Amino acid sequence: MTSVKLLSGNAAIARGAYEAGVTFAAGYPGTPSTEILENIVQYKDRITSEWAPNEKVAFEAAAGAALAGARVITTMKHVGLNVAADPLMTLSYIGVEGGFVACVADDPGMHSSQNEQDTRHYARFAKIPIFEPANSQEAKDFVGLALEVSEKYRTPVILRSNTRISHSRGLVTTGERRESSRATGFVKNPPRYVPIPMWARQMRKEVEERLGQLGAEADRSPANRIEWRDRSLGIVTASIAYQYVREVWPEASVLKLGFSYPFPDGLIRQFAEGVQRLLVVEELDPIIEEHIHAMGIECEGRRWIPGIGELSPTRLRECRAAMEGKAKVADTGAAPPFAADLPARPPVLCPGCPHRGVFYALSKHDVVVTGDIGCYSLGVFKPLDRLDVILCMGGGVSMAHGMSKAGEPRKIVGIVGDSTFFHSGITGLLDVAYNRSSVTIIVVDNRTTAMTGHQDHPGTGRTLMGEETVAASIAEIGRACGVKRVREVNPYDQQATQKAIAEEIAADEPSLVVSVAACPLRERKRIGLQRVILPEVCKSCRACLKIGCPAIENVGDKPQINEFLCGGCGICQQVCKFNAIVTVEEEP
Amino acid sequence: MTDNRVTNIVLVGVGGQGILLASDIIAHAAIEAGFTVKTNEVHGMAQRGGSVVAQIRFGREVFSPLVEEGAAQVLGALEQIEALRFAHYLAPGGLAVVSRQAIVPVTVSMGAGTYPQDVPERLGQAFSRLICVDAAQTAAELGDVRAANLVVLGAMATGMDLPAEAWDAAVRQCVKKQYLDLNLKAFEAGKATA
Repeated sequence: MTSVKLLSGNAAIARGAYEAGVTFAAGYPGTPSTEILENIVQYKDRITSEWAPNEKVAFEAAAGAALAGARVITTMKHVGLNVAADPLMTLSYIGVEGGFVACVADDPGMHSSQNEQDTRHYARFAKIPIFEPANSQEAKDFVGLALEVSEKYRTPVILRSNTRISHSRGLVTTGERRESSRATGFVKNPPRYVPIPMWARQMRKEVEERLGQLGAEADRSPANRIEWRDRSLGIVTASIAYQYVREVWPEASVLKLGFSYPFPDGLIRQFAEGVQRLLVVEELDPIIEEHIHAMGIECEGRRWIPGIGELSPTRLRECRAAMEGKAKVADTGAAPPFAADLPARPPVLCPGCPHRGVFYALSKHDVVVTGDIGCYSLGVFKPLDRLDVILCMGGGVSMAHGMSKAGEPRKIVGIVGDSTFFHSGITGLLDVAYNRSSVTIIVVDNRTTAMTGHQDHPGTGRTLMGEETVAASIAEIGRACGVKRVREVNPYDQQATQKAIAEEIAADEPSLVVSVAACPLRERKRIGLQRVILPEVCKSCRACLKIGCPAIENVGDKPQINEFLCGGCGICQQVCKFNAIVTVEEEP
Repeated sequence: MTDNRVTNIVLVGVGGQGILLASDIIAHAAIEAGFTVKTNEVHGMAQRGGSVVAQIRFGREVFSPLVEEGAAQVLGALEQIEALRFAHYLAPGGLAVVSRQAIVPVTVSMGAGTYPQDVPERLGQAFSRLICVDAAQTAAELGDVRAANLVVLGAMATGMDLPAEAWDAAVRQCVKKQYLDLNLKAFEAGKATA
């Protein structure tokens, strides 16, 4: 029985996995991919789904399941595939038995990411197929198509989404689940599954043969189609850019690619021959364009279409105007008077955020802070301003070590979150202990993966499917790594936090501080009583503003606390030297 | 079915104000009225107290989930200066519904900018069709300040050509049962301000 539902791209991918008979799904949270697994949980009677400690583990677990014959998906954001790149490159060689689809979500425009890399390069790099849905319906349907291609050619397949596909919702016709007919069970076959050089060389040849066959498959795929309209301009496009093209060039013919690598050369040639002028509209890198050039076919693309940032109908209208030699609408770039000098509203640490206590305590010290990926990235903003560099997941720990070894004269403090510590901070901490750098690593443990919307991880004692499980202890892991100085603090207790951080920074050996307090957003309640500033006691010293709390508003002569926003953490009360901040109960 | 017009709606505010729920209700009301719909919302880092925007487009056929600048028939703002920040999305003659709520950005506390003191004048300059609502206060009086989003939505509904039954059904589909009564009242209160 079919029905029509309003689904985000991510919910549609989850539905697609369900309908296509997937039985195992593993991933690591990362915007914009997170909700795929969060949605797959609703099918838990049929699909075992898991948050893995990181993308590499998720990818490998899914690979193991596929080798045992299961249909699987693994989910991650674009930079997560970097972490899983090692298994990706060789799974291409050994291949899979049950269908294997890596659902990877790019973030053009970097809404919530540290870079703008284009996952399509990985398909070419690993010599495997890639599917690119252009709406929620295709997001669902392409999971099934990708699994079929995966099983037919024994290859892992990438399903590439992006922020606008994953987080846009549209109507989706859903269907019934079809179980895989494949029997579960690993069949021993070393020449096929063991890539020691003598067998890997044979696999290498097979990968190349497979790629040729997949190109022919792409030519026939229902995911690729030509829409003939006016032939004076033909546009080759894929993914969300297809939707923008239909808005901006409604009259043009379109070659819409959904199975975009290996390139469907036959279709491309047929389309190019049928139009007078050929334009490629693709987001990020000019991958299709360069290939069409390499085929010896004349086409335009990057000449008109920007490669930095995400596309939009508004941007493409400007491209079209430029192509047609029309004067651009006069745009002085100046905001109209009513919108001039509006204060910026960047994301900030929430009211009541426990990270604030750590960053405020750190602001008392002249140290270098190597940061990491998570809500605590926001500690870089003034007034806290206590984070100096971010590289990647886990990088805050290892960079602290290297910077210290380079002879940086100041103390180095590495900050990493709990989920990020489990993801790839542990190996960095091993390096700190093993190679003996006297850095201080602070794990800001808010008992959840907060930035992506509160997912469980190996330290929470709960699984994605809601089951109770063991909770790994960060402090015990630190000791097991060989760190002698390990202590836990409550970041809402400023005196204790400042003391702990001062002592550890002074120590001449590796040290680990675990700042433990649950994210109040997950708990959905105030940590303590709401605080108020007593105007008759307040001396307007504005020390409370230095904690950077969005609930403390600097509007009149004296700061005041927004009663709706106050998280009740009490850090402001502890930094006020004049006892002008009290709980609502103490308010006279 | 020759009418290819697409209705474009933009909702803005500050992370945590309930924009996603309001967006969900608009989308379901459009579906109830027989349209196809696409929405787009912001997740992740940008949600942490930053400016957020949700976009809803409905009609007989919809391609892009993104609303073009200058194309929105209705702009709803749960925070007043966010209305000014996103005013350029509104089509000429479009309806702006603005909650009088002020949430001062933390940048102001650091001395990097000031919260404008002449917001009513600026709103008057920015919008030819403007409804200002005391959404937070109205919602608080009805029982929970968190229903302010539905007050704004109620006023926005007057600018969209969707039948009352579609709105009623959409609110019932999208709101949890224990909050339904409150949200229906908040929606009606918003509608009454228009």
